[in-house]
Amino acid sequence: MDRGALLLVELGAVVLALGILARLAGRLDISPIPLYLIAGLALGEGGVFPVVTSEQFIEVGAELGVIFLLLMLGLEYSAGELVAGVRSVAPAGLFDLALNFSPGFVTGLVLGWGVVPALFLGGVTYISSTGVIAKLLTDLGWTGNSETPVILSILVFEDMAMAVMLPLLGALALGGSTSGALLTIGIAVVAMTAVLTFAYNQGDRIGSFIFHRSDEVSLLSIFGLTLVVAGLAEGVSISAAVGAFLVGISLSGESVARAHSMLAPLRDLFAAVFFVFFGLSTDPREIPDVLGVAVILGLVTAGTKLLSGWYAGRRAGVGPNGRRRTGLALMARGEFSIIIAGLGAGVAGADGLAALAAAYVLIMAIAGPLAAKLADPGRGRRQPRSRIRAEAGS
Amino acid sequence: MRKIEEMSLPGVGLRLQFVTADGDRIGVIHHRTGRRELFVCQAEDSDTVTLSLDLSDEDSHALAEVLGASTVVESLNDLQFQVEGLAIDWLAVESGTPYAGKTIGDARIRTRTGVSVVAVIRDESPYPAPGPEFGIESGDTLVVVGTPDGIESVVTILKAG
Repeated sequence: MDRGALLLVELGAVVLALGILARLAGRLDISPIPLYLIAGLALGEGGVFPVVTSEQFIEVGAELGVIFLLLMLGLEYSAGELVAGVRSVAPAGLFDLALNFSPGFVTGLVLGWGVVPALFLGGVTYISSTGVIAKLLTDLGWTGNSETPVILSILVFEDMAMAVMLPLLGALALGGSTSGALLTIGIAVVAMTAVLTFAYNQGDRIGSFIFHRSDEVSLLSIFGLTLVVAGLAEGVSISAAVGAFLVGISLSGESVARAHSMLAPLRDLFAAVFFVFFGLSTDPREIPDVLGVAVILGLVTAGTKLLSGWYAGRRAGVGPNGRRRTGLALMARGEFSIIIAGLGAGVAGADGLAALAAAYVLIMAIAGPLAAKLADPGRGRRQPRSRIRAEAGS
Repeated sequence: MRKIEEMSLPGVGLRLQFVTADGDRIGVIHHRTGRRELFVCQAEDSDTVTLSLDLSDEDSHALAEVLGASTVVESLNDLQFQVEGLAIDWLAVESGTPYAGKTIGDARIRTRTGVSVVAVIRDESPYPAPGPEFGIESGDTLVVVGTPDGIESVVTILKAG
């Protein structure tokens, strides 16, 4: 077979395998993310079936996956919701940050990694999985509970914190000088403030410019705009992901629901590719060495999320049951931990960051929702008639 | 009418709820996906949903019908429509009002609050577009249009002058 044909067959086989895994995840009622990661580990160097021909293509696909994940995350929120959300939970959000960033950071230092890789691990343990948690709330019928606005606001806070963290970590990963890093952060903050202010006041106008009666026109416009902005953001080193997030936030109005349904299939495809790529570039032979650390880190950060959830719930005047559920829901880590780890994988001195992050997310993406289900099976919820589809990012 | 609390759930949709006289919390979540979820939290643990149901359009109409929404006209007084910062409201003129027997012009409603009285309902007959010389009587219902804040002020004016 020539190279082109081989590429198609290999790529098709990978995507087909992902389809089977997504089906399995739906059957088992778990997030598909861990399964995609395992698939990536099996396909990478040192894995069971190393993929060679299509790795380059998968790498580009993975980059698109991050962009789509963040674009869709941004689409979920309007600028007004972000501002209100961050404001309403600021103290609890900061507590959550301090409590859940520290375990990863300290572990990194204890492993002898140096400050920069340790910061990445802090990011990995800090950020909860918006996708996994959104699905969990729906599946357990928790959406009407009084703690749900608290959970969602904490997630909004974390997402904003990540948008600040990504350029910061990116600058540190490049190993530039302190002043260079500060300049990058400055640019990021100015750009984000400008975009948020503009979107806050003019969101509808941007929407009416981009959206069109024809789905084709809308899709091409959004996709093109996102790639251009993401590329420009990457160019001034505030990370493509943040650029895509800002585009998502800027688009608001009635057409967002339509954009959501147009882009969701693309997001599902490329996000899956992204998780596989992360697994591909992680050496599975390193996993056994870090498994113990991942388990301990998982236990500790499950506890810290419980604490920060409890505190956030109490501040919002929610009763003990709701406070407990806030912590339980926030335990799950997923896509964003992997995005942060992916950014830090190339940093010097971070031996085993990718493997540790992969093992950690494998545990937390499954154990988090499981803990929530066991602790509070949701008394009144009947099984939904149509199973909610297992999605990578929502 | 009960105070309906409206709350945006970022990334999920909009939640409308109220607390019943017995302390139960009832609400509807309008998911962005178009899903409409009815939920109930009982007073013993008002944080926890004990029942959650998905309602289709037809289900919602049927439920509203069962609850007697067809008699909505009777409770016109309680209805308040809000359109993008503009509110229409039906204000009952209570017997203690200082403006009984005086005219709309005397109350200087529009000058003071920017709210227009578009009609007066007296003994179930409407008097559309009343002028400033129109006399107010206790027992009247004023149909007013303005900002929600302005209408709040009119309520105060009618009570206390």
